[in-house]
Amino acid sequence: MIDTLQEIWGAIMRNKMRTAATGIAVASGIFLLIVLLGASNGIIHTLEQNSEGLSLDAVHIYPGFTSKPFNGIKEGRRIELDNRDIDMPKRRFKENVDEVTATVEQSGLTASVGKQHLSVTLTGVYPQQKEIDGSKLARGRFINDFDLQQNRKVVVIDNNQEEHLFGPNVNGIGKIININNSAFTVVGIRKRDFAFSSSNMLAPFTTMKIIYSKGNNIGELTLKSKGLDTEQKNEDFEKSYRRAMGEIHQFDAEDESAIWMWNSAENNSAMNTAKSTLHTAFWILGLLTLLSGVVGVSNIMLISVKERTHEFGIRKALGARPRSIVSMVIFESIIITTFFGYIGMLFGVGFCEWMDSSVGGYTMDMGVFQQKLFVNPTVDLSICIEATVVMIISGMLAGFFPAQRAAKVKPIEALHG
Amino acid sequence: MLHLENIHKTYHGGNSLHVLKGISLHINKGEFVSIMGASGSGKSTLLNILGILDDYDEGTYTLDGTLIRNLSETRAAEYRNKMIGFIFQSFNLIPFKDAMENVALPLFYQGVSRRKRNQLALEYLDKFGLKDWAHHKPNEMSGGQKQRVAIARALITQPKIILADEPTGALDSKTSVEVMQILKELHKQGMTIIVVTHESGVAYQAEKIIHIKDGIIGEIEEVTDASRTPFSMEGTMK
Repeated sequence: MIDTLQEIWGAIMRNKMRTAATGIAVASGIFLLIVLLGASNGIIHTLEQNSEGLSLDAVHIYPGFTSKPFNGIKEGRRIELDNRDIDMPKRRFKENVDEVTATVEQSGLTASVGKQHLSVTLTGVYPQQKEIDGSKLARGRFINDFDLQQNRKVVVIDNNQEEHLFGPNVNGIGKIININNSAFTVVGIRKRDFAFSSSNMLAPFTTMKIIYSKGNNIGELTLKSKGLDTEQKNEDFEKSYRRAMGEIHQFDAEDESAIWMWNSAENNSAMNTAKSTLHTAFWILGLLTLLSGVVGVSNIMLISVKERTHEFGIRKALGARPRSIVSMVIFESIIITTFFGYIGMLFGVGFCEWMDSSVGGYTMDMGVFQQKLFVNPTVDLSICIEATVVMIISGMLAGFFPAQRAAKVKPIEALHG
Repeated sequence: MLHLENIHKTYHGGNSLHVLKGISLHINKGEFVSIMGASGSGKSTLLNILGILDDYDEGTYTLDGTLIRNLSETRAAEYRNKMIGFIFQSFNLIPFKDAMENVALPLFYQGVSRRKRNQLALEYLDKFGLKDWAHHKPNEMSGGQKQRVAIARALITQPKIILADEPTGALDSKTSVEVMQILKELHKQGMTIIVVTHESGVAYQAEKIIHIKDGIIGEIEEVTDASRTPFSMEGTMK
């Protein structure tokens, strides 16, 4: 083995320039492969982080407008969700619905503390909302059952709103906020997250209904589903739920726009598909880039084999078997691709780390929401191992045809000095 | 040692060329034979066949009791490696290997360990007075030195026969004499040697000269006293 390596080393060192030139093609191929995979990881990690905390079993239902005539009523009628919709799933979808919570919204409100003002949307929620939207509390508590029973005027705000209204490093808990002339007591501070709108404050559902005279109207329904573990079950559930809602609110069971349903389980599976597609696409792109490097190595090896025809002839005359010539050329090719591939890989990993430290985790502020870009755009060890396997295989591929040609050299060539 | 029976060889190119037209030849162990002929006479083809570098169409060739016929490439390589020591006109040393590595190369293909074959290579180089040149590349050596390295390489596997193709073709007269002297010395030690040449001065150093003309053996001449030949080593008339 060491002997074979030494034989190859001699051949490689004879043509340093040419070997280096080819090597650079491979190195850049692997470099791009690693950088692309790092970037795709960055995007995937971002997606994962942005959806972190969102529970996967929530089905959100929003009211819409009918798009089909029903029972002699024209289309275009507004559907309003109401209290009946909270009870209905508990009766009719016991197997698939664990809990039902509702929210109601009042937008265009002004929250003020002293001279500080903030334009806000107040959302009336049930305690279960905490699990469903994955809110994380920094301090204090969430809206609880007593708040609802007693219609307390309490509010949960986020840390940005706290800072804006009370000033930096002031604990807002227990303090009063005026929202359109109603005094609300701050009971909890949520961590600012990317998943919710920055202008939201949360209050008890019942309080909201009384203060803003919402009557029976509900802004948004959230069902906590259970047992919907296949796509088929999800679809069936959505269909029958829509039909049941149609009976209550008088719309066609096929009317997709009368109520809007957003099923996070389905959304999640779609996202998983998107992630793996992205990953595959980047692999293919990287491999195609690498392919040009492989073709380059193959070409150079062909030229080198042609130049060394005489040498192979001598070797054969001295007793080299075709197999030993083949393995020599293939090994040479593998060594070139792997050596330069590793250089490319090192640079690629270095570049990924640089991306991570410069644009990684960069937060784009879009005003109403914030978007993190490129979370941890790096490759892990498994990708490096995969890339090594890829390099060895591509080295073998690149060496295959040149090796075949080298093995075909006739030993008589030795005589044609 | 070596027996040819009615060997025919035709090259099929644009128009086929019948190069060897029935060569029968017997060479005993320990003989020193020259094969002489003009270019195009078929002597190179005969050398290729003797050296298992090429196949033949008809007849039989036995080398040391082994029939050499339709061998696989791997088999042929093995036989060449074990039975035949080649000496070429243009030395055919591998340029990026030093003298020792070049001499040791045939043993590499026998799977001999690196330490052992390098040691053996040094011994052989020492025999030819080249020990100090062991770590020099061929381009740092003179023609005579290169040919001596090549002879050491041919001998290292202890082959049955030495096949020399115009061994002095690229050398001046002084080194030619030296190289032929080495071959004669090997002959004295009992080695079977076949030299292919068109130089009569070289051919007459052997015991027997086989003249080839137009693909057949013309005449087999016994050399009784090399010094009494009408040619000098330089191939000119005395």
